[in-house]
Amino acid sequence: MSAEYSALSTQYFFMAEQIQLEVVTPERRVLSGTVDAVYVPGVGGELGILPGHTPLISQLQTGVLSYTVGERTYRLHVSGGFVEVNRDRVSVMAEVAERPEEIDAARARLAHERAEKTLSAWSGTEEDFEKARARLERSMVRLQLSTGENLTR
Amino acid sequence: MANLLDIRRRIKSVKNTQQITRAMKMMSAARLKRAQDRVVAARPFASKMLEVMGDLAARTDEEFRHPLLNARGDERYLLILITADRGLCGAFNTNLIKAAQAFINENAGKQFEVLPIGRKGRDFFRRRSMDIVKEYIGLTGKGSVGFGEAVSIADDIIKRFTEDETMDKVFIIYNEFKSVLQQRVVIEQLLPVSGTTERIEEDEATRAVDMTDYIYEQEPAEIFSRLLPRVVETQIFRALLESVASEHGARMTAMDSASKNAGELIASLTLNMNRIRQAAITNEIIEVVSGAAAL
Repeated sequence: MSAEYSALSTQYFFMAEQIQLEVVTPERRVLSGTVDAVYVPGVGGELGILPGHTPLISQLQTGVLSYTVGERTYRLHVSGGFVEVNRDRVSVMAEVAERPEEIDAARARLAHERAEKTLSAWSGTEEDFEKARARLERSMVRLQLSTGENLTR
Repeated sequence: MANLLDIRRRIKSVKNTQQITRAMKMMSAARLKRAQDRVVAARPFASKMLEVMGDLAARTDEEFRHPLLNARGDERYLLILITADRGLCGAFNTNLIKAAQAFINENAGKQFEVLPIGRKGRDFFRRRSMDIVKEYIGLTGKGSVGFGEAVSIADDIIKRFTEDETMDKVFIIYNEFKSVLQQRVVIEQLLPVSGTTERIEEDEATRAVDMTDYIYEQEPAEIFSRLLPRVVETQIFRALLESVASEHGARMTAMDSASKNAGELIASLTLNMNRIRQAAITNEIIEVVSGAAAL
């Protein structure tokens, strides 16, 4: 028991150089691997996570999650859910997570136009408005990721 | 004694049936693979979710109250029964319905309302003229269940539960996928979300070393109350996936044995037919021989 304990505590002192990143959605595991840095869209703002980060839990908002491996940066569209950081393990539990190549740009554009139309001619409850706004936001991020267009004004 | 023509007709009809059962078996086998993969794919999220919930529950105030957590009375139950839309899958639906009936009988004093998912369960409750609050048909039949569908069911149930203070508990009955040959009927309490307290105690013991202090970007209570509906959604989603996989497994096994039985039946009928044919031929020969002898 004591040996086990000391093994665990040494792990604490020698901080890993890399992070274990895991992105899961209810339907599948999107990503699982070792990365150098992760940037997640938290509700309170962008969170940059490097090796040795303090344990943290935050809610996520719709946006772009990016992570770097060596010189390369990869990006994912995430929406909703939580992020947990614990001992160089970053677990992202998102409601939606997609790689740019999985996004259907044409569909995203359609969704974007539709969402814009409903919002510009608004006549509904507040709750529905929030939903429509969330849809618009999602379609914007997806479009941006799949085509490189920037729609934020 | 049956005549030749009858037996031939019979063989033909059995053959036709066998073709159908064989095709159904093959279809189920293909769908089973996909359904099974989805069950496996959904597991990491569910387990991560429960892990974080356990962590959070340990850190939120004792006084923290949430409508989905609070224990209420013990009078009115809502029963969610996930069955298949179609039959021909062995004892799959029967077992579920039996379990539901047993559960209702055990809690005879309670007031029951039901929410069937799947046609077979709906039909059963309707025959029993039970109080059906809502039904979801055609969801499990089409071979794949999306998370979105699970979310809308969960939202509906959560809404019913939070708006109606006299609704005390929500249970869910479904078939859990153990293996292709085995399904297990499980009854779980969905609401109020339970098991947190026990799990926390257990967790505290097992990972006393791991009690890291988290930074909470939002208040733990706030994250917790965001997390709870997600937990219910995930639970329903998992139940649906398990049920779909079990259904295909059950159908595959049932259709496999049906095809085998049909094969046996055909063999014995063919034997019978040949015997009768041979008897007729022998008869004719005797007639010819004795006719010749008489001349």
